[in-house]
Amino acid sequence: MNDIGIALLGLGDKLAAHVLLSASAIALGIAVALPLAIWASRSPAVARATLGFASLVQTIPALALLALFFPILLSLRAVFGEGLPTLGFLPSLLALSLYALLPILRNAVTAQANLDPGVIEAADGVGMSFWQRLRLVEAPLSAPYIMAGIRTAAVWTIGAATLSTTIGQPSLGDPIFAGLQTQNWVLVLAGCIASAGLALVADALLGMIEKGLATRRRLLAAGGLGAVVLGILAALTVQFGSSDDDRIVIGAKSFSEQYILARLIGQRLEAAGYSVDYRDGLGSAVAHRAVSTGAIDVLVDYTGTIWTNQMERRDNLDRDAMLAEIIEWETRTSGTHVLGRLGFENAYGLAMPRAKAEAGSFESIGDLAARAPRMIIGGDPEFFERPDWFGVRDTYGLRFAERRNFSPTFMYNALQSGEADVIGAYTSDGRIAADDLVFLDDPEGAFPNYDAIVLLSPETGAHERIVTALSPLVGAIDVEAMRAANLSVDREEDQLSFDEAARRLAQRVGL
Amino acid sequence: MTDAPAPLLEFCDLRKTYETTAAVDGVSLAIAQREFVALVGASGSGKSTLLKTVNRLVDPTTGTVRFEGENVESLPLAALRRRIGYVFQSIGLFPHMRVDENIAIGPRLVGEKLADGRIAELLELVDLDPALAARMPDELSGGQRQRVGVARALANEPHLLLMDEPFGALDPITRDALGERVRALHEELGLTTVMVTHDMAEALLLADRVLVMHAGSVVADETPHALLDGAGGEIAQGLVAVPRAQADRLAELAR
Repeated sequence: MNDIGIALLGLGDKLAAHVLLSASAIALGIAVALPLAIWASRSPAVARATLGFASLVQTIPALALLALFFPILLSLRAVFGEGLPTLGFLPSLLALSLYALLPILRNAVTAQANLDPGVIEAADGVGMSFWQRLRLVEAPLSAPYIMAGIRTAAVWTIGAATLSTTIGQPSLGDPIFAGLQTQNWVLVLAGCIASAGLALVADALLGMIEKGLATRRRLLAAGGLGAVVLGILAALTVQFGSSDDDRIVIGAKSFSEQYILARLIGQRLEAAGYSVDYRDGLGSAVAHRAVSTGAIDVLVDYTGTIWTNQMERRDNLDRDAMLAEIIEWETRTSGTHVLGRLGFENAYGLAMPRAKAEAGSFESIGDLAARAPRMIIGGDPEFFERPDWFGVRDTYGLRFAERRNFSPTFMYNALQSGEADVIGAYTSDGRIAADDLVFLDDPEGAFPNYDAIVLLSPETGAHERIVTALSPLVGAIDVEAMRAANLSVDREEDQLSFDEAARRLAQRVGL
Repeated sequence: MTDAPAPLLEFCDLRKTYETTAAVDGVSLAIAQREFVALVGASGSGKSTLLKTVNRLVDPTTGTVRFEGENVESLPLAALRRRIGYVFQSIGLFPHMRVDENIAIGPRLVGEKLADGRIAELLELVDLDPALAARMPDELSGGQRQRVGVARALANEPHLLLMDEPFGALDPITRDALGERVRALHEELGLTTVMVTHDMAEALLLADRVLVMHAGSVVADETPHALLDGAGGEIAQGLVAVPRAQADRLAELAR
């Protein structure tokens, strides 16, 4: 319990960011829903259309809705210019507001529809104008119902806001995603407790306002409102009180190695006198776009990922030729600066437990072909959609009995428990050594090269001091050191924090 | 015939059609100042629709309504309604406002504050204890609520009072007492009153003039006395027959 307490205490800035994001999304949801509800109350067609749209939005999984705003905002840059943010606060705000829309809209429309027609006739009869009727009669009579809708929206939004971590917005999802990655359940629990607690507090305060409105006790409503405003002000103070815009933002995709390398880079920059900020848990495509547009400043990416996903190349060059082409492509298309290779590769490969491989005398991927129809292959959710998998599958003629998707963490467990016979694993993963796995040889070179490289956003790449501070990283990290660091945060016993793992990695490689 | 005063209210060939049916089918008539007129008819005869064209809760399909010489369609809607008191069956007190706030709503809409003394006076006009001013509507009985409804209608000192089945939902004793009170107020305040009712007895007892409507047309326009003498035609006499027969039977029972 003590661990959770300590983890909770460290979440102050995430909580503040979470409060501000949720409050903004609910406020925007209200600002859109109420005028729509007024319009809908005057026109059944509008009511059908708006409620239908809001219900449709609800059927989209929150994670997908958040991710969808990235391409939407990207295409909107044609209208609003290159300054339009495509990651972080803006897309999170828009997606969550859409989510908040339905409960507020539905309650507001229902409240309007259920108003006593006699009261409306009286309002017209005494000579109220449209706005007088709205302000003096319809709004106060609908307010308790609308408030109930806002309560529902608040609970949903605070819960869904944890997912905004995946598109680069700090939130209480950060500890949850980081903890899930490393099986650090204390961190996951701390994030869940904080976000659930926030939802409960918001629900209770909004409930006070609702009750105050329904029973016409102004003090109660004002007290609830005051507490909500105070909470938001406190979050604003935490968020902007100590902020400075010179922070270097370091991105990390959602796996351990990325978290550790981000801290390693962050520690070097802090030693050079910069303040840094982390955007953890980014999706792969989102992360590359983020660094090339300057939404983040630094990112560790992999040559094979850029080659197949961003450059959409299907051919396979040797590693030096590939890197040269990537540097040329980055410079030409976005001005993103490639600092250089870190020195290890985190490729995909097909891995099996050593005992199983020896028993079946599996040495190369080609040995799988004949027996694959009786075997199960596991992979992360991306793996089976990647061109490299298509390449390997077609090169060696692999046809498995079944394929299963796992989160990277559970993929290794599945291999241990026999739920998968072979997995698409990462070569730098700490669990390779820990679980005594072997990679099958790839004599045809079907898996492309995945050298880890450091990318700097166009603006950051022009900062000589930053380049100087990070240059010693180039060529400094061998795959053994990286595996050890990965294992130190992934193992079940004696787990290190990302910061500590990064410090030990730096020590080990002599940085 | 030269110095007859201009009518307070005038309908000129008024029609209101809903899709294929005519709710009001060509009504022309004039109502003089200080008249108490009852509009009587069966359900669906068009009496409520006709009444509501005056304060434009219903807009006619063709024809005009003139109020104090002006076409009601030429007047700003809110301003027109503030000059006309309106009382109707479902009362429509604002449930989130106290009694005094309900009564003062008309003046409040034009930025005036009704003095407490005036609210007490209005409550007394409708035979209510001024102490009720601070109550909420759901703390009142049905009869008290409709009295507040009448007080609210009178707050703007209207010249014209429109009543749509005002006593329809009240018990007979309350109904009778409130009817008497409204008739007395009509005299005291010099009002012109138009009351829609389906109860011929109520019309005969309260009104100076009874208009009988049938299928959108006015089929009889008589004084209560003339109706009781057999004037007004078949439909009107059919309506008069009901209370007359009741009165006869009661008289027989009492013998």
